[in-house]
Amino acid sequence: MKIHHMSASAKARPLFDPPMVRRAVIDAFQKLDPRYQARNPVMFTVFVGSLLTTGLWVQSLVGSGQESPGFILGISVWLWFTVLFANFAEAMAEGRGKAQADSLRQTRRDVFAKKLDEPRYNANITQTAASALRKGDVVLVVAGDPIPADGEIIEGVASVDESAITGESAPVIRESGGDRSSVTGGTRVLSDWLIVRVTANPGETFLDRMIALVEGAKRQKTPNEIALGILLAAMTIVFLIACVTLLPYSIYSVRAAGQGSPVTMTVLVALLVCLIPTTIGGLLSAIGIAGMDRMIRANVIATSGRAVEAAGDVDVLLLDKTGTITLGNRQAVELIPAPGVKLEMLADAAQLASLADETPEGRSIVVLAKEKYGLRGRNVHDLGAAFIPFSAQTRISGVDLDGQQIRKGATEAIEAFVRNRGGSLPSELRQSVEQIAKRGGTPLVVAEGSRALGVIYLKDIVKGGIKERFIELRRIGIKTVMITGDNPQTAAAIAAEAGVDDFLAEATPEAKLRMIREYQAGGRLVAMTGDGTNDSPALAQADVAVAMNSGTQAAKEAGNMVDLDSNPTKLIEIVEIGKQLLITRGSLTTFSLANDVAKYFAIIPAAFASTYPVLDQLNVMRLATPSSAILSAVIFNALIIVALIPLALRGVRYRPAAAARLLRDNLVIYGIGGFVVPFVGIKLIDLVLVALGLA
Amino acid sequence: MTANAWIQLGLFLAVLLAAVKPLGWYMARVYRRQPCGLDRVLGWLERGIYRLGGFDPQREMTWKVYAIAVLLFNGIGLLALYALLRLQGILPLNPQGFPGASSELSFNTAASFVTNTNWQSYGGETTLGYLVQMLGLCVQNFLSAATGMAVLVALIRGLARRSTETIGNFWVDLTRSTLYILLPLSLLLAWVLVSQGIVQNFSPYQPVALLQPATDADGKPVTGQLLPMGPAAAQIAIKHLGTNGGGFFNVNGAHPYENPMPLSNFLEMLAILLIPAALCYTFGVMVGDRRQGWAILVAMLVIFVPLAASAITAEQMGVPAFTALGADQDAGDGQAGGNMEGKEVRFGITNSGLFATVTTAASCGAVNSMHDSFTPLGGLVPMWLMQLGEVIFGGVGSGLYGMLMFVIVAVFVAGLMVGRTPEYLGKKVEAFEMKMASLVILVPPIIILVGTAVAVAGPGLRYNAADTGEIKDNLNNPGAHGFSEVLYAFSSAAANNGSAFAGLTANEPFYNTALGLAMLMARFWLIIPVLAVAGALARKSCTPASAGTLPTHTPLFVVLLVGTVLLVGALTFVPALALGPVVEHLQMMVR
Repeated sequence: MKIHHMSASAKARPLFDPPMVRRAVIDAFQKLDPRYQARNPVMFTVFVGSLLTTGLWVQSLVGSGQESPGFILGISVWLWFTVLFANFAEAMAEGRGKAQADSLRQTRRDVFAKKLDEPRYNANITQTAASALRKGDVVLVVAGDPIPADGEIIEGVASVDESAITGESAPVIRESGGDRSSVTGGTRVLSDWLIVRVTANPGETFLDRMIALVEGAKRQKTPNEIALGILLAAMTIVFLIACVTLLPYSIYSVRAAGQGSPVTMTVLVALLVCLIPTTIGGLLSAIGIAGMDRMIRANVIATSGRAVEAAGDVDVLLLDKTGTITLGNRQAVELIPAPGVKLEMLADAAQLASLADETPEGRSIVVLAKEKYGLRGRNVHDLGAAFIPFSAQTRISGVDLDGQQIRKGATEAIEAFVRNRGGSLPSELRQSVEQIAKRGGTPLVVAEGSRALGVIYLKDIVKGGIKERFIELRRIGIKTVMITGDNPQTAAAIAAEAGVDDFLAEATPEAKLRMIREYQAGGRLVAMTGDGTNDSPALAQADVAVAMNSGTQAAKEAGNMVDLDSNPTKLIEIVEIGKQLLITRGSLTTFSLANDVAKYFAIIPAAFASTYPVLDQLNVMRLATPSSAILSAVIFNALIIVALIPLALRGVRYRPAAAARLLRDNLVIYGIGGFVVPFVGIKLIDLVLVALGLA
Repeated sequence: MTANAWIQLGLFLAVLLAAVKPLGWYMARVYRRQPCGLDRVLGWLERGIYRLGGFDPQREMTWKVYAIAVLLFNGIGLLALYALLRLQGILPLNPQGFPGASSELSFNTAASFVTNTNWQSYGGETTLGYLVQMLGLCVQNFLSAATGMAVLVALIRGLARRSTETIGNFWVDLTRSTLYILLPLSLLLAWVLVSQGIVQNFSPYQPVALLQPATDADGKPVTGQLLPMGPAAAQIAIKHLGTNGGGFFNVNGAHPYENPMPLSNFLEMLAILLIPAALCYTFGVMVGDRRQGWAILVAMLVIFVPLAASAITAEQMGVPAFTALGADQDAGDGQAGGNMEGKEVRFGITNSGLFATVTTAASCGAVNSMHDSFTPLGGLVPMWLMQLGEVIFGGVGSGLYGMLMFVIVAVFVAGLMVGRTPEYLGKKVEAFEMKMASLVILVPPIIILVGTAVAVAGPGLRYNAADTGEIKDNLNNPGAHGFSEVLYAFSSAAANNGSAFAGLTANEPFYNTALGLAMLMARFWLIIPVLAVAGALARKSCTPASAGTLPTHTPLFVVLLVGTVLLVGALTFVPALALGPVVEHLQMMVR
């Protein structure tokens, strides 16, 4: 299984790459633009608070401030830091994408294309700039040429270097017809030639979209992000009102107590910024961008953040049997002779029938005969045998040798072959055939003339470790469904062996589509992978649809993600990345809200120290002075954002576990942690302030 | 807390919890329109009401139509009650000949009873005649309670149904709540209360001679007393069962004709929490998973029990100033001990503290002692319970629908933490639900904080007496306690509770108007988003539960829900409480 085949540029980039940090610092200042800040209500509140305290500081310098200029400056500076730290977090998250976008752009140099007047190899060629190509144009690409635009191959077979897109250096075969007929602009033909019909206008190509995506240029907020944003905005509003109303309360209290002075604007702003959920508010967009980035590093391009988020919600995975659950090829594992036939004789016949058969199944029969039955390989030509290749009409293959007609094939086909020669299939052999089918294998019957010799047991080999993956998925509540063209009996046996929850046998595109709709009608979210054009309707219907990069253009358009590695098992990883994104958001929200308790204990006694000195009993952290208490809370509030940037970018650790367990673990870490950490942090900062003589 | 207090608290909870299942089951049958027994007796009346009103009981409503019906019905109720109060002077059944109420008082009282708040700026026996009490207040006691229950049931249907536009029929829910739940229970309770000595008559007030002559403030001898009368028992039953709380008499449940005996006190407390607690079970039945209802009930108890214990403990501890004077404040055979100021001797510390907790946990607001005279921490408990948004049991219907909004917020945050789009009972919680739930949770704090701020900034500190034109103080107490009085009044109005801290003169234009508006906003601004959520949820399909689904019936979820209520619902009030009861407590301990 290939995991993290990162595209070349992003491969080994550390979390804090110095040039990226430099760029992020500059970006952090650029993001101070009020129009930009206004997009995030929580941080905009801090931004306004920073401006306000700066104004108050200037006022205090003139000599009419309510607090000492030093204190106001301290608060003001740290409020600006709070804004900058949040900007920095976002810039860091974007930075990874930007770096990757830059390297992608380098592959998009303007090249000349051989535009054909008509779709023929030797048609008239016009040299045209790639940027002038339009949808529907036909171009010829020969060995050594870069492919000028996204397109569909209409003629030819060629090996193509797609490393610019996938990071995978091994060339891939692209050919007309079938499911490997699409090519991507920016890749390069290594051998042979292709005639390609352009399918995307300049600026709309896969590469363009990929650059836009990794840059996050057109990033839209995802549904969950919007819902969370509403909650955070609501909390901000209510805390704003709690702080604003504190001024009349304080004025009343001063009059009632007959001492002290009302709470100052600076302290109110400090309290407000500490109470509103700045931690999650500051990191929210960084978390979202980093989630997309993790997808990109897994070599999956999601067309929207919404798709990434939906991946976490998936309830049902539709997995193609071949390539995902089983290795692509079936292998011969056993020979079962018919009654009265010696095993050696069957082995000999099976080997002869397969010698010239270059299919993986055929080769596996030769291997089995050699390894298990000790038969050396022989050369068909040396034997003077005539190879009878597989044909769609007869559906059998084999050799003619010394007048013997040795054949192998599906049961019905061999039965017809034998009956034509006056023979019949013994009932014992039929039983063997049935048993093999029941166990999920494919039976191949071997016959010599009118006599059936026995059965070859071809087995689907379930991928190593896949069963454990399915157990994991079941534990997190995801149902796996195997899709296969096999008959129900065979499918059932493989499904049981691989441990999937359900299967769809004799699957047709219509059946797939119907199945997805049924699951969706039952309220489930369905994910699937696909590559062929006939997968397109199902891909379009599925909630999370991953198209293989090797697949057709139609499949890629219908899906909402493209897997550059074309690895069907990637779906599982995609689900995990989606979940991790949501968990990171939820955990930091919990952490942020739980933080407020300690901040109250720091600020409330300090804010009303002059009016009600008795409130000092609530100063449980024993912070040195009212001003150091308030400053410590504000500094903690700013620093915690920086401290959590790595977590926001990397995502919280995700282990597949049942929801109840995940909730418990995260609640303990981020809920109780969020409650305790600020008590410790604020106290430490206060001690430092005292040590520095700033208290 | 004394052993006696623990036993009383335990007994109270045991009886309450024993009633949850049978009543909850019965109410579920009522709302699912299944045979419930009483329909055989009263079915003709139910059908008659529909025919009279021209309602088709089979017609289902969308949330918008449902909301319009709620607003229309309550609007008419508001106007009718306002008219009754204004016109009292010319209406019959007014043996004391009380004049019509002032326009602000009429507005305040009408708003108060229509919103199930029952804040009373007036004294019952010195202001209102029997007709207004019965036809105006008593009727609204039933209808405002039934409105709350109807809205809750609509929300439950939204959760239970799938892919539909409709959430039930308001007229049917209103009628069935009244006819099959509130009326029979009230009848039963009123009958028991009469046996305990609560009055139920139309007699004029009775003058009686004092057994022990006394002198008034000017030193003149006082020989007689005028005992108020009236059809009290009927109204008092629904006052508790419907979490209304508006007293027939001025001192509410402390009056011997309103709450004469320890048994009547026990039953009245029980009646307050009975329906709100049982509705949790009804909820479980109606969504097809009883554990969901129990989980919410447990979360309520987890907050309720420690707070009840705190209130009782704070009162039992007494006042340090008395200790300094050498007064014995310990509980003993001869005395309740503790802080008995403002409490009835027949109830003592435990039943006063418990009553205060019960009445403010639910949005009832009936009182059997003066909360103003509680110790600062004892007074903080009822105040804080109201500020939580009346979701710990809360009002009939309104408590649970408020709690379900907290559940939505809790599920949202927790759901993210398990890596899925949050869902509750298979319904995805998305931006729209968050918007509405945020409104429901955040509107009351805003009303309380802003109302208090405006009041203490000046308008609520002094007023012109209507009779003499003299400028008077609104607050009986200066300092932090005065602040608590104002904060309590707005908490009570915005929580639709209606209990008064007392010590605040509220029957004057500013408070009558401000509190009246607060009550109306808090009630109907919340009902609309709740119904909107009901409509949005009903429209959604239902995701079947799997191992990846966040379970919402486990102890862990209960902890999370409690945490959400405390963090989201209460953190807002920390600064205000610090300047009121907290500082008062600290000052009391220091002196």
